[in-house]
Amino acid sequence: MSTAVESPPPVVEAPVRRAEALLRARELGIVVAIVVVFVLTTLHNHAFAKSGSLQQLLTGASIIALLAVGETLVIITRNVDLSVGSVVGLSAYLVGDLFVKHPGMPVILGFVVGTGIGLGIGLVNGLITTVTRVPSLVVTLAALYIVRGIDALIVHGRRIDPISVPKSYSVVGYKAILGVPWIAIIVTLIVVAVGYAMRSFRSSRELYAIGSNPEAATLAGIPAGRRVVTAFAISGALAGLSGALFLAEYATVDATAGNGYELSVIAAVVVGGVAIFGGSGTVIGAALGALLLNTINQALVASRISAFWDQAIAGGLLLGTIAFDRWLSLRIARSLRSAEGARRDV
Amino acid sequence: MSDTATRAPAPAPLPAKDGRSPMPLTGLIRWETALVGLLVATLVWASSESATFLNTTTFFYIGLNMGEIAIMALPLMLIVMTGEIDLSVASMLGLSGSVLGYLFQSGWSIYPAIVAALLVGAAGGALNGFLVTRLSLPSIAVTIGTLTLFRGLAEVILGTSTVGGYPLSLVKVGVEPIPHTHLSYSIGIFIVLAVVCGVVLHLTPLGRSIVAVGLQSETAHFSGIRVNRIKFGLYVLSGVVSAFAGILFTLKNSSARYDAGTGLELTVVAIVLFGGVSIFGGRGTVLGVVLAVAIVGCVNQSLTQLNEDPQVQKIVAGVLLLVSVILPNSRVALQRIRARTRRRTG
Repeated sequence: MSTAVESPPPVVEAPVRRAEALLRARELGIVVAIVVVFVLTTLHNHAFAKSGSLQQLLTGASIIALLAVGETLVIITRNVDLSVGSVVGLSAYLVGDLFVKHPGMPVILGFVVGTGIGLGIGLVNGLITTVTRVPSLVVTLAALYIVRGIDALIVHGRRIDPISVPKSYSVVGYKAILGVPWIAIIVTLIVVAVGYAMRSFRSSRELYAIGSNPEAATLAGIPAGRRVVTAFAISGALAGLSGALFLAEYATVDATAGNGYELSVIAAVVVGGVAIFGGSGTVIGAALGALLLNTINQALVASRISAFWDQAIAGGLLLGTIAFDRWLSLRIARSLRSAEGARRDV
Repeated sequence: MSDTATRAPAPAPLPAKDGRSPMPLTGLIRWETALVGLLVATLVWASSESATFLNTTTFFYIGLNMGEIAIMALPLMLIVMTGEIDLSVASMLGLSGSVLGYLFQSGWSIYPAIVAALLVGAAGGALNGFLVTRLSLPSIAVTIGTLTLFRGLAEVILGTSTVGGYPLSLVKVGVEPIPHTHLSYSIGIFIVLAVVCGVVLHLTPLGRSIVAVGLQSETAHFSGIRVNRIKFGLYVLSGVVSAFAGILFTLKNSSARYDAGTGLELTVVAIVLFGGVSIFGGRGTVLGVVLAVAIVGCVNQSLTQLNEDPQVQKIVAGVLLLVSVILPNSRVALQRIRARTRRRTG
């Protein structure tokens, strides 16, 4: 008995290790794609490799990447959060408004308030979804409208101008240390922290279980409801924080801030290899997906391809990525199955 | 489904676990009744708030404002009934308008240009259908991709220019009601299409097949229903109808722009869901969607007449959507909460 425990049969472990390796390969694939796009564009236009434009790549991807982290947690549980764009808008304006009314406010409070606003909305989304068992797509679609409407009522045609945002706050949006923008450092730290948690913590592994098979997860004693609420709360909180960062980056906020972000975020998550029906994918992949999409957009600009082509190419690439991903996963499944078969034959 | 209903008429139809009653018709009638009640309430409220609400001009404008959205809601509803989704409808509206404008500008006469725009719609729908059925990719991801792609192509075709100058005989769809009525042309077309849709969905074998696909895709497949062919056909239909809505939209405004109808996709989805169509497929009626269109149109129009901030419309739409999905589920949710507290205390 004890020997069996000490040396678990290698048959079980081999596919696991292999699957893990493939997951890592997935992220590697995105990195390779980013590098290829980058090198090709630089060959075409040497200015693309300048540090200013590199910073632009990171800064431009930061907010979508941060939103993609929260969205990944929600999508892994087989749900979706469409309200993130509206939350960004509301949080950005309210934090800006706070600085207008209390100019001497400590800067850190801006981020705290932004995160808090998002956390509240995320909790409401999560609670409605789990208590009423209404599909999250519907709940968060309604939240998208309600939050955007409330935002527009509060904004009421006004605007936050750069002049009312404290210098020490907007520094986060444009200053860089060692060539890396502050905002990118913050987002990277969060991505790494959440990525680590998603690998190592029991409660976060349970999110995958819920997404793979909700009934089985509940039967296995996983508090699915609580976990899903937590996922929504984190997604909301990160969206609120993204709003605060939006204010720091652009320093101009009106009622349209964050409009339509939800679909860009889902696009980044899908490109990053997160299965839209839950159960698999990584936070780091999703963040890299956001970086890839932004790199492609910037590359189109730098290649002096008419800006009119941007969206069309982005859409084509998105479709290509999804299709390629499907082909890849089918191939992997087939090779895993034949490997399994070969072992069984022995 | 009908087999069990005829063989064993349940004495007291108990609600099933998901809030759906075992006999589908009773549950449906109840939801549509609620919508009728809501519509009447809206009309009473609107006419008490504004003495000028109940007149023919109002209804002409409601029709004019809702026409294209309502038309796109019909094929989308059928797609949702099969358990899929199409988020590219509003982008197709923009693309077909752009194709129409571009061809008209390059000297085509209007009718061939209209036919070409419709063909583009069919091609776009076929692309969606191909990716969803042949490559079995998730429709939400595919149609977010084509949403970007179609809008991008529209931008490539038309750039920032606007094209006007269409024949007056056609532009009148945006100014005049159908002769001898007070209906706008677009809503008149919607009514005809809704009747066709209703007959097909509720009275023909094809309609039963669509419901069957939505309820249990695999069972439908093994019962000899050509699941993929139906889904493919519906995507093509959605493309053509959205293209047609784009033509109406262009003629109504007498101008083609690449960004026409940006963001409308979620409005259309919201209307379909508000109409009682289940996002998981298999449940919904055309009548419900028609009532949803009427309610949203009346609410928006009355809020406009009351000079409310247009953003209030968004909040109202969101709340309506939320309430409409929570109410049918609330009894089950309450039961569950009660059972839980009983377990805790007892």
